Amino acid sequence: MTDTTTTPPEIGGIGHSVKRVEDARLIEGQGNFLDDIALPGMLHMALVRSPVAHARINGIDSDAAMAVDGVLAVVTGELMAAHNLAWMPTLSGDTQAVLATDKVRYQGQEVAAVIATDPYAAADGAELVEVDYDMLDAITNPQQSLAEGAELIRDEKEGQTDNLAYTWETGDEAATEAAFAGADRVVSLTTHYPRSHPSPLETCGIVADVNSVTGQATIYMTSQAPHAHRTLFALVAGLPEQNIRIVSPDIGGGFGNKVPIYPGYVVATAASLLIGQPVKWVETRTGNLISTGFGRDYYMTGELALSNDGRIQAMRVDMLSDQGAFYSDAQPTRYRAGLFHVCTGSYDFPHAHIKCRGAFTNKAPGGVAYRCSFRITEASYLIERLIQTAAYELGIDPAEMRLRNFIQPEQFPYETATGFVYDSGDYPTALRKALDAAGYDELRAEQAAAREEGRLVGIGIAHFTEAVGAGPAHTYDIAGLKMIDSAELRVHPTGKAILKLGVKTQGQGHETTFAQIVAEETGIPSTDIKVIHGDTDDTPYGLGTYASRSTPVGGAATAMVARKIADKARHIAAHLLEAAPEDIDRDADKFFVKGSPDKSVTIQDAAFAAYTNLPEGMEYGLEDVTYYNPPNLTFPYGSYVVVVDVDADTGVWKVRRMVALDDCGVRINPMIVEGQIHGGLTEGFAMSSMQWITFDDDGNCIGSNFMDYLIPTAWETPRFELLETVTPSPHHPIGAKGIGESATVGSPAAFVNAVVDALAHLGVRNIDMPVLPDRVWEAIDSAGG
Amino acid sequence: MEITVNINGTDHTADVEPRRLLVDHIRTGVGLTGTHIGCDTTSCGVCTVLVDGTPVKSCTMLAVQADGREVTTVEGLKSADGLHPVQQAFSDEHGLQCGFCTPAMMLVGAALIEENPAPSDDEVRWAISGNLCRCTGYMNIVKAIQAAAAAASSDGDG
Ligand code: FES
Ligand code: FES
Repeated sequence: MTDTTTTPPEIGGIGHSVKRVEDARLIEGQGNFLDDIALPGMLHMALVRSPVAHARINGIDSDAAMAVDGVLAVVTGELMAAHNLAWMPTLSGDTQAVLATDKVRYQGQEVAAVIATDPYAAADGAELVEVDYDMLDAITNPQQSLAEGAELIRDEKEGQTDNLAYTWETGDEAATEAAFAGADRVVSLTTHYPRSHPSPLETCGIVADVNSVTGQATIYMTSQAPHAHRTLFALVAGLPEQNIRIVSPDIGGGFGNKVPIYPGYVVATAASLLIGQPVKWVETRTGNLISTGFGRDYYMTGELALSNDGRIQAMRVDMLSDQGAFYSDAQPTRYRAGLFHVCTGSYDFPHAHIKCRGAFTNKAPGGVAYRCSFRITEASYLIERLIQTAAYELGIDPAEMRLRNFIQPEQFPYETATGFVYDSGDYPTALRKALDAAGYDELRAEQAAAREEGRLVGIGIAHFTEAVGAGPAHTYDIAGLKMIDSAELRVHPTGKAILKLGVKTQGQGHETTFAQIVAEETGIPSTDIKVIHGDTDDTPYGLGTYASRSTPVGGAATAMVARKIADKARHIAAHLLEAAPEDIDRDADKFFVKGSPDKSVTIQDAAFAAYTNLPEGMEYGLEDVTYYNPPNLTFPYGSYVVVVDVDADTGVWKVRRMVALDDCGVRINPMIVEGQIHGGLTEGFAMSSMQWITFDDDGNCIGSNFMDYLIPTAWETPRFELLETVTPSPHHPIGAKGIGESATVGSPAAFVNAVVDALAHLGVRNIDMPVLPDRVWEAIDSAGG
Repeated sequence: MEITVNINGTDHTADVEPRRLLVDHIRTGVGLTGTHIGCDTTSCGVCTVLVDGTPVKSCTMLAVQADGREVTTVEGLKSADGLHPVQQAFSDEHGLQCGFCTPAMMLVGAALIEENPAPSDDEVRWAISGNLCRCTGYMNIVKAIQAAAAAASSDGDG
């Protein structure tokens, strides 16, 4: 492992595998998750959801529900409309029904809410709300949706005459077409990145406590972005922002699922306001799976223009995105297809052109960045599958194909064909290291021998480049809010500190790693620093934690504010040492006059002096705040190698080895980084092998519970072998790039490439995810194998 | 119905509706919120507690069925001697991230090492295969349970 530590273990700065602070409460059952919150007088809400995908609502009868003991109110769209809250804006500039008034547009859509004194009574009441529906045909895929004469899903939307949600394109079309016209070879791949669901084990929920006398709204909610949500609540509900306090407590996993604002949050808040008591709503698992932000659902055709010797000259992509009934994925405003244009991957070529259309369907809305920085997972999957296809077509080894096309280390900073400026990287070293660890040449020899015996062995490679840490304010905003982030640091007289963050952990360990950044920069031991996050009354503004932006943006803000504090401490130390500030030097935890380290002032001494003994003219106290606007995104990358054994008779495939090399720049806490990679690889494996939200022709969601929507258990999950290289980001204050999502982004292509590789000699080039045994068997069978 | 359930060594008597789930009784009746709820179909395992020492999904047992029985939840793992070896090992081996699955995982681990003082990787994976985790990819959970087994048996030897 690369040692990047500069502090001793007692300080616990960057590079130390410091044990997590958050563990102490979590291992004793003392976490404070949303459903653990109980307020005096708290009521409970259950949602009535549409059982059908597309239907007009003729009427709602609440009488039977109201007769249930304990039921206090049934909230319908009509009631919400009377308060101008039947519709709400989405993060993507569309509008979404809070409670349906005119028609339902997907199965699981929120139609009414029952408020009761007890959750059992609320559920009983919800069962008894009768909704009279007039059925309409359901549209369950974007091809159907955009076909001539398709039923209009968004008939309420002014100016909407078809089911097109948006179009987006980027790149130089003319130059790309010219490159294709002159190419020796053109290779293409059409594939579907299926609908998946982040499914954190904790579902979404809220406890809304609106005081009708003071107007104070205290809202506990499962939020990855509490500050952004506060502003949006102010805009949606018309509440004054100073009276809204969002508290995001311990979060049982997010993965993008807890970024959007869901109807349940709005209804519970409105109910609390109307009734004058706190209202709790905790989503059921089925509610979570059928109505909240899904990931992916992209139909993609990618093409590469190539020379005969395997050099890529241009890339062309055409995509169709299934957005569901409302356009509510949270992409940066300028980028309708997220950061998909990172699809040029790790390769050096001059031209690309990308087109995307988004379509409305009678399915749940979403398209959230599921453990992914805005459609990067889809993009990375496409190029890594496509380059393997090209390798087969040209008869070049897939590893060699990549080595021939890599951006070279000396080309960084490198501007891609779609305008990203990659910060740093050494791709050939990473790939070679991963191949060596896997024993690539031996594996190819074994594969050839196995084929002779009729056995199927596959070796899959993915070398991905991500673009994370959105982002620079001139380019990135969500719903108009610039994607900056912040940190506030207060050092108390005894030298202990509180760090307040705009970002919000959901298991990533911010309470530990962000303290390590401060420890590194100031010399205050990380265990002396308390990290506060998630409460908007108590933390500075930020856009939250998703898209691997915590370390790139919030981490940078933390380093910068700690530097301001360290600098003030240095001036104080100079005063205490009776020297000029420029003559003061520092080691891990002490200041001294250059050349005389024996007489020193600790950071704790300086902190005490900040409140007791200051140089002339200096303001008391030792605290500051930084808002960080990153100059660029960061670009982590990795090389993954997967070996699979495929049973030709059943199509069942097993991962024999998974070697994962990640380069995320400087690692703040190697233990936590590895944990993030394990989790991400598992989700990548899950998407490639089993996770699938699909629908029947009537729009019924198949995958509405954990018996139909499969999540890998310990039994199916492969063992992973991790490797690293460390190429710091040159523009990030501590050289870190972010790691939360790399493995989910990079690994699906490696798994699928491995299975396809096992069948490549039969002419198989693609199997859509999830790569289920029957699909593999089918591919073998139709290839005549 | 009046029931008495011994939870973590203390008898709790209460009048509960016959349909009330054990998990709801533990969480809101007794107020021990370390036991979680993650699904509606007995699939996720985050509600696991020990009933007379055996792991049980408390979302799939009625509170009245626990009448007269001994239930251990995560809050009962720690003893006067300090943390249970599985608790220590989960922290040492980074066996948790968001921590939502963790109480259940630790209880299953604790029950496993009672029966099997040195479980193999496969044995641990099989034992926790009724418990989902979305964050860790399980490797460190397996490591933690094995480390706890080793710590528990060396304690026993000493
Ligand atoms: S809550 Fe999921 S198994 Fe009990
Ligand atoms: S640690 Fe988050 S679900 Fe297991």
